[in-house]
Amino acid sequence: MTATTTGTAQVHSRPAAAPAARRRPRMPFSAWHLLLAPLAALFAVPLVWLVLSSLMSNAEINRFPPALWPSGIDFGGYGYVLGNAMFPRWLLNSAIVSAVAVTSNLVFGVLGGYAFARMRFAGSRVLLVLMLATMAVPFQLTMIPTFLVMKKLGLIDTLGALIVPALVTPFAVFLLRQFFLSLPRELEEAAWIDGCSRLRVIFSIVLPLARPALATVAVLTFLTTWNDLTWPLIAINHDTQYTLQLGLTTFQGQHHTKWSAVMAGNVLTVLPVLTAFLFAQKAFIRSVTSSGLKG
Amino acid sequence: MPRLPAPLTLPQDRPEPRALRRRRRRETATAWAFVSPAVVVILGLSVLPVIWSLLLSFQADDLVTPSRWVGLDNYHALRQDPNFHQAVRNTVLYTVLYVPLSIAIGLALALALNRRIRFVGLYRTLFFIPFVISATAQGVLFSFILDPEFGAANSLLHRLGISPQGFLTDPSQALGVLVAITLWSGTGLCTVIYLAALQDVDHSLVEAARLDGAGRPQILRHVTLPALTPVTVFLLLWQTIQSLQVFDLVYVTTKGGPLGSTTVIVYFIWEQAFKEFTAGYGAAAAYVLALALLVVAVVLRVARRERAPRTKAAAS
Repeated sequence: MTATTTGTAQVHSRPAAAPAARRRPRMPFSAWHLLLAPLAALFAVPLVWLVLSSLMSNAEINRFPPALWPSGIDFGGYGYVLGNAMFPRWLLNSAIVSAVAVTSNLVFGVLGGYAFARMRFAGSRVLLVLMLATMAVPFQLTMIPTFLVMKKLGLIDTLGALIVPALVTPFAVFLLRQFFLSLPRELEEAAWIDGCSRLRVIFSIVLPLARPALATVAVLTFLTTWNDLTWPLIAINHDTQYTLQLGLTTFQGQHHTKWSAVMAGNVLTVLPVLTAFLFAQKAFIRSVTSSGLKG
Repeated sequence: MPRLPAPLTLPQDRPEPRALRRRRRRETATAWAFVSPAVVVILGLSVLPVIWSLLLSFQADDLVTPSRWVGLDNYHALRQDPNFHQAVRNTVLYTVLYVPLSIAIGLALALALNRRIRFVGLYRTLFFIPFVISATAQGVLFSFILDPEFGAANSLLHRLGISPQGFLTDPSQALGVLVAITLWSGTGLCTVIYLAALQDVDHSLVEAARLDGAGRPQILRHVTLPALTPVTVFLLLWQTIQSLQVFDLVYVTTKGGPLGSTTVIVYFIWEQAFKEFTAGYGAAAAYVLALALLVVAVVLRVARRERAPRTKAAAS
């Protein structure tokens, strides 16, 4: 999807009609399905099993040999997870951390990326090189000192310790810079000459065109912060500050006989990402392929 | 050097630069305001820690009391630590198994999907979905499926008349099982990236080869695969970096066990720094890992640059 969504209904109906016409002649059955369908099923089975087992009763799950299909739907696992445990709190924590990280990466990424793409200022070269270099630094190298920095700031064991290092990544700045460089300068120059401020130019001219790049930054930031386990494991001790990932693995350690509850918790952990993926599949796939093909 | 006479037009330009200079100064201030949040976070939590880590690796530090300078002792100790050796062996084995398999399977799936058949979008979605699921959720899910007593996998094997397996609890199987889990979740990335790259392969080249009498295998060998080389190199680099840094899945499923058979380098670093509180030792191990990653990146960069002329020749 490009950013040309300002068209009228007439304009809209044309691209919609084209693929439909292309699809119309029914394709004959291909022998490739005999290979692809079982493989696709193999990829889907673990996830189907995840949902099924979360709906089994605990007695059914702990039978030997275990049942492969639930005899009835039992919400006991979900009840346990949402009632007795701290899952709602962890869900909230994860949501807060991810929401702040996505928002701030967009804001600071746009500002930084724009400055590096369009503005000439003292020190820009050095900063850009430094930033590119830090993209190659593995997290393991920085995690011990980052822990010490967070400790100095008094943030250990608070959501702040999870938020601050995620506020802006060099990846977001760099990706947006590359995107802004690809936009024609002339678009901004007219507004620039009319005396608009830089911020005004960014908001009214650049951002509406940058939707695909913004979506990429949002998607990848959300995926990495929501799914992260390593850093929360290091920075958080108290269970009221857990994220879902950290909570889930601890919960599994403490309740390894309550598999239906563990699986219900697991469903809750993956559901937000899966929902986001199914709704914005194109943006997800474009995000990972664009970073791959240009890399 | 002979000096040129100053141009006579200089005085006329005088008023210009001052306004320009003022404008440029204002521009610099705005630009710095724009980049400062990024600069603070990136300098403070990336550049500074890289240096700090290096210093830590020459110290004995328990994260609480003041540290003590020990020179290269941490690195010497690493060289003799059998646990670190095992971690390196496990990580290399994991990488050597996972990276080629994920790329080969990913390429095969992409080639199978790169044709006009129905449900291509559905297949692509199914292959890719596991990629968005966190390593934690994968680990918890597969600990359950592969549980020797209550798991579905052994239940299935039982029905097929095969004796139950230990999976993640068996030292001879655990690392292989981890590779299999990561293949489940990581192959879709390769498929999706290859699929996008296949769409960019020049159709006229394929047509030309066909007209010259090339069969499908020859087109694949001499046209498609060379055109995909840059993507393959990228995936090789990306997947290698990812697998050398594997941690979350190991922490959730095996905690490095059984009998240290799945202790990987990052698990070793984490254990040293945050469980044993020997942060200096952990930092030294992290530097060894970072160096290994750097070597991988440089080698692949050079490989790509040497490969580039050949693919251009194939395209011309």
